[in-house]
Amino acid sequence: MALNTENEKKQNYTDHQDYAETEAEQHFRVISPSRMVAKRFFKSKLSIVGLIMIIFVFVFSFIGPFIVDATWGYKETEVFKIERTTDMVTMAQFTGPDGKVYDYYDKSQTQVLFKAPPSFDHWLGTDTSGFDIFTRLMYGGRISLTISFIVIFIETILGIVLGGLAGYYGKWVDQIIMRVVDIFACLPGMPILLVLSATISSIESIPAEHRIYYLMGFLTLMGWTGVARVVRGQILMLREQEYMMAAETTGIKSINKIMRHLVPNTMPQLIVSATLGLGGIILYESTLSYLGLGVPFPRAAWGSMIALADPSKGQEILANYPNMWVPAGILIVITVLGFSFIGDGLRDAFDPRMKR
Amino acid sequence: MGLLDKLKRGKIEGVDNTTYLTLKDERRISKENNKIIKKYEKENNRKNVSEEEYLTQMMDPANVVEFDNLHTYFFTDVGTVKSVNGVSFDIPQGQIVGVVGESGCGKSVTSLSLMRLVQAPTGQIVSGSIRYQDKDGKCYDITKMPKDRMLKIRGKDIAMIFQEPMTSLNPVFKIGYQMDEVVLLHTEGATPESAKARSIEMLNLVGIAAVEKVYNSYPHELSGGMRQRVMIAMALSCNPRLIIADEPTTALDVTIQAQILELLRDIKEKINGSIMLITHDLGVIAEMVDTVVVMYAGRIIEKGTVREIFHNPKHPYTIGLMKSKPGSHNTKGDRLYSIKGQVPNPINMPNHCYFYNRCDKAMGICSQEYPGMIQFSPTHFAACHLYNEDGSDKSEEEKERR
Amino acid sequence: MWKYLLKRIALAALILVGVSVLIYMLTMLMPADYIDNQTSAALQSGAMTKEDVQRLKELYGLADKSFTGILKSYSTWLTSTLSGDLGHSFLYGKPVTEVLSDYIWISFAIAFISYILQILIGIPMGIKASVNQYSAYDYSVSVFAMMGASLPSFFLSALLMNVFAIKLGLFPLQGLTTATKIFAADAHFQIFLDKAWHLVLPLAVLTLLGVGGNMKYTRTNMLEVLNSDYIRTARAKGLSEKVVIYKHAFRNTMIPLVTSLSGMLPSLFGGAMITETVFAIPGIGYMALRATQQGDIPFIMGYNMFLAILTVLGMLISDIMYMVVDPRVKLS
Repeated sequence: MALNTENEKKQNYTDHQDYAETEAEQHFRVISPSRMVAKRFFKSKLSIVGLIMIIFVFVFSFIGPFIVDATWGYKETEVFKIERTTDMVTMAQFTGPDGKVYDYYDKSQTQVLFKAPPSFDHWLGTDTSGFDIFTRLMYGGRISLTISFIVIFIETILGIVLGGLAGYYGKWVDQIIMRVVDIFACLPGMPILLVLSATISSIESIPAEHRIYYLMGFLTLMGWTGVARVVRGQILMLREQEYMMAAETTGIKSINKIMRHLVPNTMPQLIVSATLGLGGIILYESTLSYLGLGVPFPRAAWGSMIALADPSKGQEILANYPNMWVPAGILIVITVLGFSFIGDGLRDAFDPRMKR
Repeated sequence: MGLLDKLKRGKIEGVDNTTYLTLKDERRISKENNKIIKKYEKENNRKNVSEEEYLTQMMDPANVVEFDNLHTYFFTDVGTVKSVNGVSFDIPQGQIVGVVGESGCGKSVTSLSLMRLVQAPTGQIVSGSIRYQDKDGKCYDITKMPKDRMLKIRGKDIAMIFQEPMTSLNPVFKIGYQMDEVVLLHTEGATPESAKARSIEMLNLVGIAAVEKVYNSYPHELSGGMRQRVMIAMALSCNPRLIIADEPTTALDVTIQAQILELLRDIKEKINGSIMLITHDLGVIAEMVDTVVVMYAGRIIEKGTVREIFHNPKHPYTIGLMKSKPGSHNTKGDRLYSIKGQVPNPINMPNHCYFYNRCDKAMGICSQEYPGMIQFSPTHFAACHLYNEDGSDKSEEEKERR
Repeated sequence: MWKYLLKRIALAALILVGVSVLIYMLTMLMPADYIDNQTSAALQSGAMTKEDVQRLKELYGLADKSFTGILKSYSTWLTSTLSGDLGHSFLYGKPVTEVLSDYIWISFAIAFISYILQILIGIPMGIKASVNQYSAYDYSVSVFAMMGASLPSFFLSALLMNVFAIKLGLFPLQGLTTATKIFAADAHFQIFLDKAWHLVLPLAVLTLLGVGGNMKYTRTNMLEVLNSDYIRTARAKGLSEKVVIYKHAFRNTMIPLVTSLSGMLPSLFGGAMITETVFAIPGIGYMALRATQQGDIPFIMGYNMFLAILTVLGMLISDIMYMVVDPRVKLS
């Protein structure tokens, strides 16, 4: 499916106006491919739902912080000490002298400053450190979205360049690049990311705020192989097509051949795989944050917010404070699902024959 | 900059008078389609339909199949495509009927309607009837038949050979298995052994040399011609009363084409069945068939015996077809004749003659109403305004007057 | 075929060498190793001197972090690995191979049961969705499949724990055995039941996360097959819709399914890091995560290499299965 832009088309018509006019009037109903794609995309309800979800998450995470800052004047790490008394119940089991097992309850009243329940001031309450959860969700989303977009962008560029070289030049270039791709594809992703993140967290000369850049680098390194494979495969296929032969006969430079003819033709597939990949990166990032290897505390990340509910650190939050971790999880699902819906919609729109 | 302006308006006059559908329109259409499709599907999926509902009478007992005003539509998201739009013709017992026309004219959909294999749920037989007479002289209306009853006719009484032998056999089953399957399904008391014997017999009949080897092969191990022979053998194995051959030779080499056609003709003699031969190759028609049906944009525009159609074509489209046949009338150095223009957009067909804007004999009335069928001989019909009701040519002034 | 296989195996070996070099470099670059972790407290309190730590490091072959040093220790590691010795885990105080073989089975059991469940649920649902394309059922299956792929395992685990373990109290929260219960040594069946009861939630997580992909894959492949010419031929033969779908179409869909599913088999031994950790199930994934956090270099190396081998093995198996299942691929 050629992705000629409308401009190119118009150019064509002005060049061969007379011809185009008569021909078109006789045979064709002209509609630009990009318009057709857009139309097919918007026809699917799921695509629209996905788009709405992503727009919502974007507005929430990028515009939200400004509104909060402008209105109430605080950021993600503002600590709120809200005093309240709670019942603290401790329970233990012991075996009495009669050999029976008894439950032992102890109820006492304590003063707590943190973990405030949802209120008008703090819509989702505050967390264990007294941060406003609702605000932290916004900042967490900002981190997740930024990382995923940057990673996907770099990884796509890297993949296009390397895959393009492999596919276009073939022979030993192809051999070397594809073997490297094979090796990277066999690396166990999550464990290696853990090793790398652990490495970064413990190098003292790297400031904690910079950790995130290294993290993005690693995610890119793990992900570019997929793009390279797609691009190489597409180029190998397209090289056999007639229009490449036609380009060859016109004697244009090989770099032009790649840039003007091959790359645009691989774009639809790349756009689709990039969209679908965004969700994957978000999942990776949140898993690392969950394990405490992502964005360092006290900055917010969706994964580390869910980590508060880790039962190994005590069941209290898991059981009694769903306001602390459920919203973050829901936002992750909304974002990843939104990207999947859009990706699926785009795939169907680009190539209706391949309809799922 | 005329064209650019027109582009902006999203409409090119003279091509057709439909503007591009907006998203809203498409949504509306697809909603309506869903409703229509649901209605038809409900009808199709009825169970326990009593036989009386689909029993009927043949017009002429000498026919195997009679199409009567058949309408098969496709309810697509961009509009309703009237693929078959009021088609009526007969297939007499023991004869070969050829159906010709450009691609997309509805020939294949007509045959698929007969098999009740139109791509559901978008494709539906909307109205009309297809009468079929079985061996015992009972006559059924296939369009009203329940699905499970249809299974007993498909492959047994009416068999079909498809255009693409390369992809029409299941790649993961051996030829033998695929052939035995039909025999076992439709022959009462068939055992695996008898089915195999029957399959081998059929493979022999279609002129395959190493029968045992082919029987034990996978489809990909055979050439296209061989596969088409297997398809024919499979179609024959239950002694069908009618074989539908949908462009059986289009995908094959020219040398193989002749062999396959020869084979089909031989076989027709042997089993005394009928053949509905769908093709766009006029050479094939001339050699093979008894009667010809010419279709254009979902309608029959002319039908008659092969002699009538070839020697005395009436409709300008048929005349054009005859002229565009390479090597027929051309002397060396002449340009090949081609009919100008293209078939109109199948959505929103005009209510006048569909051939109007391609016809070199078009006149006033042609853009006003669709012509009725005019009879020229007991077997020869054509739908064209050039002729009077009694089949005589209209005089010049009559043409002027309308 | 043998020639092709040999070529593939040689390529796999080459890939594994590349992977091992990469992993080794990365692991050695970890600045905090097990020794640092263990001795930092002692260092601070003055119980140990820097020289002591250095001596310990030399003992474990971790001292030389220069390029040649890493190269040297890599070659030692490679030779011992090739002889089947993955070294000694610092954290668990046992040979790495022993740790692997001890903890692999519980991971495999969970993964395998979930794999079977995914097949049993995913494939029929995928077929049904493809047969009723664009129906409400089809849409719900697709959305459900995508939901499964969008849920982070730790979030789904937390949700299930909250509802089924804490609120409803149906299943235990964590662990593999009930600590407060003491079973007689011969009460194998009770012990088994107790373990099975503990594994319900982790199994549910793994199955829910994986079944969607299975479903979608079946659906996509089935749709492709259902639109092919030979299915039309099968219908034209008069075969019932059931035979057409479950015999003619499904036999073809089986090819990609069997290929990819058999390729997944080795990975079942790899363990589910996050899910095992959240549920505190002592499987290989849980052990590996702990080892990674502690800087247990021999174990990290061994485990990552093990995973890489599983991946390569999976690719080989699916290649071979493809040749076995698809008659069009010649077995000459």
